Amino acid sequence: MKTSVRPRIVARDLPVIAKSPTGIDGLDEVTFGGLPQGRPTLLCGAAGCGKTLFAMTFLYNGAVDYDEPGVFIAFEEQPEDLITNVGSLSYDVERLIEQKKIVVDHIHLDRNEIEEAGDYDLDGLFIRIGFAIDSIGAKRVVIDTIETLFGGLDNQAVLRSELRRLFEWLKSKGVTAIITGERGDGTLTRYGLEEYVADCVILLDNRVHDQLSTRRLRVVKYRGTAHGTNEYPFIIDQEGITVMPITSSGLSHDVSTERVSTGIADLDEMLEGRGYYKGSSILISGMAGAGKSTVSAHFANSICAAGQRCIYFALEESPQQIVRNMKSVGLDLQQWVDRGLLRFSARRPNLYGLETHLAAMHREVKEFDPAAVVVDPISSLMGAGLAGDVHSMTLRLIDFLKSRGVTALFTNLGAGSAETATTEMQISSLTDTWLLLYNRESNGEHNRQLYLLKSRGMAHSNQVREFLMGSDGISLREVYVGPEGVLTGSARVAQEVRDRADRLLRSQDMERRTREIERRRREIAAQIETLKAQLVSEEGEMELLNLEGAAREDQRSADRIALVQSRSSKRAASSPSQPMTSRK
Amino acid sequence: MTATAMEQDGYNLRLYVAGQTPKSLAALANLKKLCETHLPGRYTIEVIDLMKDPALAQRDQIVAIPTLIRQLPEPLKRIIGDLSNAEKVLVGLDIAPS
Repeated sequence: MKTSVRPRIVARDLPVIAKSPTGIDGLDEVTFGGLPQGRPTLLCGAAGCGKTLFAMTFLYNGAVDYDEPGVFIAFEEQPEDLITNVGSLSYDVERLIEQKKIVVDHIHLDRNEIEEAGDYDLDGLFIRIGFAIDSIGAKRVVIDTIETLFGGLDNQAVLRSELRRLFEWLKSKGVTAIITGERGDGTLTRYGLEEYVADCVILLDNRVHDQLSTRRLRVVKYRGTAHGTNEYPFIIDQEGITVMPITSSGLSHDVSTERVSTGIADLDEMLEGRGYYKGSSILISGMAGAGKSTVSAHFANSICAAGQRCIYFALEESPQQIVRNMKSVGLDLQQWVDRGLLRFSARRPNLYGLETHLAAMHREVKEFDPAAVVVDPISSLMGAGLAGDVHSMTLRLIDFLKSRGVTALFTNLGAGSAETATTEMQISSLTDTWLLLYNRESNGEHNRQLYLLKSRGMAHSNQVREFLMGSDGISLREVYVGPEGVLTGSARVAQEVRDRADRLLRSQDMERRTREIERRRREIAAQIETLKAQLVSEEGEMELLNLEGAAREDQRSADRIALVQSRSSKRAASSPSQPMTSRK
Repeated sequence: MTATAMEQDGYNLRLYVAGQTPKSLAALANLKKLCETHLPGRYTIEVIDLMKDPALAQRDQIVAIPTLIRQLPEPLKRIIGDLSNAEKVLVGLDIAPS
């Protein structure tokens, strides 16, 4: 809004309404600079809305921060009371009065003391205001509450015309004025002051919901300039007034590429091995007992271990209890508390309304200047306001923390009820990283699982991890994914045992079969040996036979020769070679 | 400034005006006439012009102009307006019409 409207006006070089900054956190953002300078502004609201404090803050800041002295015309309160009352906001008005930066003039009107006899005007009032303005060169004027005049004087016609004249006169004096007025029935003010003060009207409201009151502010009109039109919650505490415009910081915060560890090595691993982005917002949702606080405590612990400061807003547990409980997972948070690095800020969610919570958080963050904050759990604030309020509060808180570069970790108790589901829906879109912690029941036991639902701007793991808490902290295990599905806890362990047994069996079987084959191979080899031996012996036999046959043949031929020779010797006693030759 | 000798039961009256406006002049004239009629010789009238001495407006809690204040006798009484309604002025000053 700011960027779209402002430059256009400047570019066209049209006269821009000069504004007087109120110095009230947030209001100057809503009005884009403050109240219309040199004009009266009507501040209306029911009794107890903080009109007087608002107006006094305007004067006080003007005198202290903007070198604009101011006049407070009090119709209702005595100056002493007024000074004491705003003293509770640590405004030292007395000192400013001594320094001639503020004048407080009490106008006392008592109908019983006054008899009206004829025509009159309010020149006396003009003179008083004029004198007060001139005495310190005031630039700001507060008239609180001018409607008292209607109670003190009878002649309404005179009053009305005089009021009109007063506002014109204030304009001519060039002072920036706040006129306060009681809220009327169906009208902004009981006596219709809005008729006279037309430039800027701001409405204050104090509503009670579920026994918790919330103050709200709305700029009803602001002639000649853009302004935020919503209702903005505001708070009054010892630090003054803070209006919390949702859009005050826009969406223009600087972003960091720096990373901060989650405090859990295995979780860092799931986030590219480096953890969250610095200055991002993290939501951890899960059911009761899912380990949200433990994850948060690990984060806080790692921040402190790095020598940085952290605030832990504990909305359910007392700090002592958290410290004790975290010892059971091996975290010593007390050491950081002792060293001033960790601050526990514990308060009951229903102690006060959302806005006050928010403001208290704002202040503590400003004061302690932490690198990270933990809000555990944000869902418990549901009890302190409407769902929409929690959303807008969280939005503002995130906005505020981001603008300061503070890493914020919120936990959200999600038990699946409609109420928390709404919170989840509303908050989750605002956060950069969303961790889901489950507590799944199977086989008669609950097992924790962690899943990184989203983490903007990084390649995060999409795996469900089993989340184990031991005496040495949190570790994440990959869940068992097998033919039986995703298993965790003892089911996973049992499955793993089964798997091991299976593997053993399989390897034993393998061995057995290998041995069998080996045995058969050897058997066959032995058979081959036997056959070979048989073959050899058969071959020997055959040779023997051959030799025998040859020998027998030789013998036969020798016998025949001998026979032939014996025959020829009978016929001619020639050489035995002759028959041989003749046979040839 | 008009002043006559004080008496024990005298009326000490102050009239606050802002410059010589018709209302102021009328008020002073009306007051004088009234006092002469009902309090002859028993009154003092002090006219204070706030234009000249604006600080007095705060001190004496003046809002409307003209304002007549009965300083004495006690208690303090205030009457505002141009005092044209003589009856009301007399009631306001606790003067029984004679």
